[in-house]
Amino acid sequence: MTSRRNCCRRAVSSLAAVALAATSPAIAETEYPVVLPGVEVVFPRDHGAHPAYRTEWWYITGWVRDRAGRDLGIQVTFFRNRPGVAEDNPSAFAPRQLLFAHAALADAAHGRLRHDQRAARAGFGFARAAEDATDVHIGDWSLRATTQGYAARIAAGEFTLDLAFRVTQPVLLQGAGGYSRKGPLPGQSSFYYSRPHLAVSGMVVVDGVRLEIAGEAWLDHEWSSEYLAPEAQGWDWTGVNLADGGALMAFRIRDRHGGTFWAGGTLRRSDGTVRRFAPGEIAFTPLRTWRSPRTEAEYPVAMRVRAGTLELELAPMMDDQELDSRASVGTVYWEGAVRALEGEREIGRGYLELTGYWRPLRL
Amino acid sequence: MATLAASRLLGLLRATAGSLGAGKGRLSISIAAIALGVALGYAVQLVNRVAVNEFAQAVQTLSGTADLVIRGPRGGFSEQVLGEVAQLPEVAAASPIVEVEARIPGRDEALRLLGIDVFRAGLVQPGLVPEVAAVPQPSAPDSPSREMPSLDTLRDDTVFLNAAAMAALGMGVGDFLPVQVGTGIVRLRVAGEVRAEGHAQPLAVMDIAGAQWRLGRLGRLGRIDLRVHPGVDVAELARRIGAVLPPGVAVERPSAAIESTVRLSRSYRVNLNVLALVALFTGGLLVFSTQALAVVRRRPYLALLRVLGLTRGAMMLLLLLEAAAVGAVGALVGLAGGYALAELVLGTVGPDLGSGFFRGVVARATFEPAPALLFLVLGIATALLGSLAAANEAARTEPAQALKAGDEQRAFRRLTPVWPGLAFIALGAALAGAPPVNGLPVFGYAAIACLLVGTILLLARIARAVFDRIPVARRPAARLAVLQLRGAPGQATVSLAAIVASVSLLVSMAIMVASFRQSLDQWLQHVLPADLYLRAAPTGDSAFLPPDVQEAIAALPGVRRVEFLRSERLLLDARRPQIVLLARPIDAASAASRLPLVRSAPPPAGAAPPAWVSEVAADLYGFDVGQEIELPIGGRSVPFHVAGVWRDYARQQGAVVIERALYAELTGDRNANDAAIHLEPGAAPESVARALRERVPGSGELETVLPAEIRQRSLAIFDRTFAVTYALETAALAIGLMGLSSSFGALVLARRREFGVLRHLGLTRAQVGAMLAAEGGIVSALGLGVGAALGWIISLILIHVVNRQSFHWSMDLHVPWGSLAAFTAIMLGLASLTALASGRQAMGGDAVRAVKEDW
Repeated sequence: MTSRRNCCRRAVSSLAAVALAATSPAIAETEYPVVLPGVEVVFPRDHGAHPAYRTEWWYITGWVRDRAGRDLGIQVTFFRNRPGVAEDNPSAFAPRQLLFAHAALADAAHGRLRHDQRAARAGFGFARAAEDATDVHIGDWSLRATTQGYAARIAAGEFTLDLAFRVTQPVLLQGAGGYSRKGPLPGQSSFYYSRPHLAVSGMVVVDGVRLEIAGEAWLDHEWSSEYLAPEAQGWDWTGVNLADGGALMAFRIRDRHGGTFWAGGTLRRSDGTVRRFAPGEIAFTPLRTWRSPRTEAEYPVAMRVRAGTLELELAPMMDDQELDSRASVGTVYWEGAVRALEGEREIGRGYLELTGYWRPLRL
Repeated sequence: MATLAASRLLGLLRATAGSLGAGKGRLSISIAAIALGVALGYAVQLVNRVAVNEFAQAVQTLSGTADLVIRGPRGGFSEQVLGEVAQLPEVAAASPIVEVEARIPGRDEALRLLGIDVFRAGLVQPGLVPEVAAVPQPSAPDSPSREMPSLDTLRDDTVFLNAAAMAALGMGVGDFLPVQVGTGIVRLRVAGEVRAEGHAQPLAVMDIAGAQWRLGRLGRLGRIDLRVHPGVDVAELARRIGAVLPPGVAVERPSAAIESTVRLSRSYRVNLNVLALVALFTGGLLVFSTQALAVVRRRPYLALLRVLGLTRGAMMLLLLLEAAAVGAVGALVGLAGGYALAELVLGTVGPDLGSGFFRGVVARATFEPAPALLFLVLGIATALLGSLAAANEAARTEPAQALKAGDEQRAFRRLTPVWPGLAFIALGAALAGAPPVNGLPVFGYAAIACLLVGTILLLARIARAVFDRIPVARRPAARLAVLQLRGAPGQATVSLAAIVASVSLLVSMAIMVASFRQSLDQWLQHVLPADLYLRAAPTGDSAFLPPDVQEAIAALPGVRRVEFLRSERLLLDARRPQIVLLARPIDAASAASRLPLVRSAPPPAGAAPPAWVSEVAADLYGFDVGQEIELPIGGRSVPFHVAGVWRDYARQQGAVVIERALYAELTGDRNANDAAIHLEPGAAPESVARALRERVPGSGELETVLPAEIRQRSLAIFDRTFAVTYALETAALAIGLMGLSSSFGALVLARRREFGVLRHLGLTRAQVGAMLAAEGGIVSALGLGVGAALGWIISLILIHVVNRQSFHWSMDLHVPWGSLAAFTAIMLGLASLTALASGRQAMGGDAVRAVKEDW
């Protein structure tokens, strides 16, 4: 029922788009490619950008440790967005492709995230997302593929990151061969792959102090045109590098009432075997919430996650890992370093992402 | 103790002044004159401060936290520059902006429309980032539209207005803003508001890509605002950036735009301030005449005070204090008046004082303490200087002698040495030829002041020479008048000074303004030879005549020939406003018939293409005939040969004329702004204008005008610009008459005893009256003659030195004989009447009692 109505609406809107295009090219509605199964994800081409799709991101999160043994959480994210405006504008400034970037540093001793953001329209050599390889930058913020893996340079307001990520494991395709569903309609999905267990090395400069760091990170690369169904409020996501070399990704998309609208996940065991979870096999249970004093948003910062038979608890490095990105992508979310516990025992480290708790998320 | 004595003495002085009756009237006239000068000066200061403040605030809003601004020609520069500078490691953020003075059909003022990149502007000029109107969404009542750069800020058909623009245009969110681009109309949806705090003028903001495309600026930027990282040497970075910028594009601190505009308006402001000083000076003269006579009148009283033990110094201090009080009261009244005047001007003429420099600035006056203090001091100093001579004289006189009757003549004799006058005149003559200081005709003003002071100092000598040559008439009244003047020329000089000062200033301004107006009129006739003129739009730079419209105009029936003109503004010097480039059909042979050339020379064979520079451009940039100059056109430096210098009253920032075909070749720009249409013999301009509206596409927005209308409009603007001058002329006239009446009245009062004696000798009241009228007439005629002659000389300095150096334009001398003659006759009549009236008043008392005073 839902499916048919949606289908019809799309048909009508594309007809309208054609009709409008004939009279006024500016009002033409943009047609985004629909993410559908059966499309093979091909490397190295798919490490690069997919400008035809509406939304895309390269998302690195990880735990690192300085020489003094202090744990730090790092996040480097580049977003690409095709807003669907000015598509036929011949200006070199035409905002056909927008790029955003977030960077954050979690430090339990500091008590809150240090974070910064960038936003730009692609062009003039100032901001660009290359199509042939992972190579995206906004000004002096960049994430680039190297022979070893990736390199990120971020000159943020409160800190500087100069990091190298060495690939240690093969690509982990999420969903069915990289086709990851986010809702009941086939188009409500993304192309999605992960690179768990990236070996991190490099420098973090914070408060004027250069810290040599090393650790482990996780990269997600995901592109889509209809990521969230209109009914969806936001999502809970986690990616955990398990101590035994395994990797767990689990997410659930919440509806307007906080219930699970869709879910999914993948477990790659240390032996390389992969287990994909159906929506019903994933469960997120809040254990403790934290209310942001800045936005009044309440986040379930500690969670019990069940994926099939695997059950673990996520405990945050610190409660306040809220990231205010209103000036770039226009939302506030929680993106935090978490420990994965089984009982009392730490079995892995990763990140937990909580969106749509401040206001409904729109992409 | 001393103050107690002083206050008691002041009371005594007041009593003596009061006893003479007319003291209050003269006092208030002196106060009024000082108040007028202070009011004018303070008002000019206040209004200008407001204009500069508003302008600076607007510039600040537009530049935000930028450390440097890259600017170029009005039409913009290549956007490739952005790619180069944004990459520099020292640059923290670079915000490119497309600047359009958008022509809104049906509106007199162009709307400043900025094309911005919200992402970059957010880092440099957050005030320019629009606020998107919240769209009600049932599913998300608190949609995050305020924070997120909504899609409406990126669309190419949306625009955001500040509150001033919404009010001025009567538009709100959801309305469509029409903008004339070329001869067509682009409609932009008003999608929200832009706060742009500090920008009091109407402002519109849209996406940079939309502005480039929709408003015909593809590939071009109007400016780039740069914020550098902390600790970067901005000046050094500016030098490095400047070195790689294309010709005609410069990098400067944001304040440079303020400075260049302020400098442009400075000459105008300084001229107004000088006029205010002139009013103050006249006030000082009035104080001088009043005080001189008051001292003479109170001579016995003052002598008595000296006898009673008042020292010389105390006497002098007392008189100076009295003058200072007059000055202070005048200045305070003037400050209040100046504030009121400023409010009035801001409410009616606008803060640019009718000069058009700060177009669109809307503001209110605020009390400014520093200039208020300055003018308070000036007012008091004027009064002090005016009374210095009289006070000194009173203090130096031996009491015993002063107590004797008929001693008044001595007082005046002492005030008239000869050599300083000649020295001042010689100095004035020498200063008149000196060059400007920092763009201001400082020496020109000084020369005028010297001539004025020198002439006044020589007045007694001149008066004696003239009076001695007047034949003595047979009729007793006239005979007595001449003899009186011969016997006591010193008395007359005080009245003369007031007349000469006001008449010379009035005559000089009248001649200067008449010369300017006449020259402007002739200039207009020269530059408007065609039968019909057509403009793409009266304001803004978004409208133009594209080639097809040009062809359609040329093909209209009745049109013999059309000359299209393209105008652009080039940046030759980042510290000066852009110069106007006019590209029109012209060559060396036809230049003289098309331009009002003041000098020219045929370019030698093989010279660079010819360019004709305006006088302003020649002065500001040192261009002259025969020179090779470089103009940044189309992003490169192009050599030109200066073939002539022409007179241009229209563009104060300077203008250069070049051949249009060459301009089109250099830039690829074949659009035009204006068309000068020459008609077939017998064709009526009205019918051609009608045909234009019927046959030329997009002509609905075009404006056709007859040369006579342009002339009329220009002269109206001229008259409005000189409204302040006219007002001052009237004020000078009033001051002159007041001074005359004041000093004559005082003189006559001082001669009450003499009149008593004359009456005793058998003269009738009428005969004494006639004598006074004759005296008044003779003195006024002399004053008018000297004043007019001096005024003529001053007008030459105003025309050839002050105006030339202030505004860089020349004009031909034109003496308005008719109005000057009428003015002279009126002054002469009024002076005689004043003398007569003063006499009547003086003879109101008993002749016997008047003689009795002569003990």
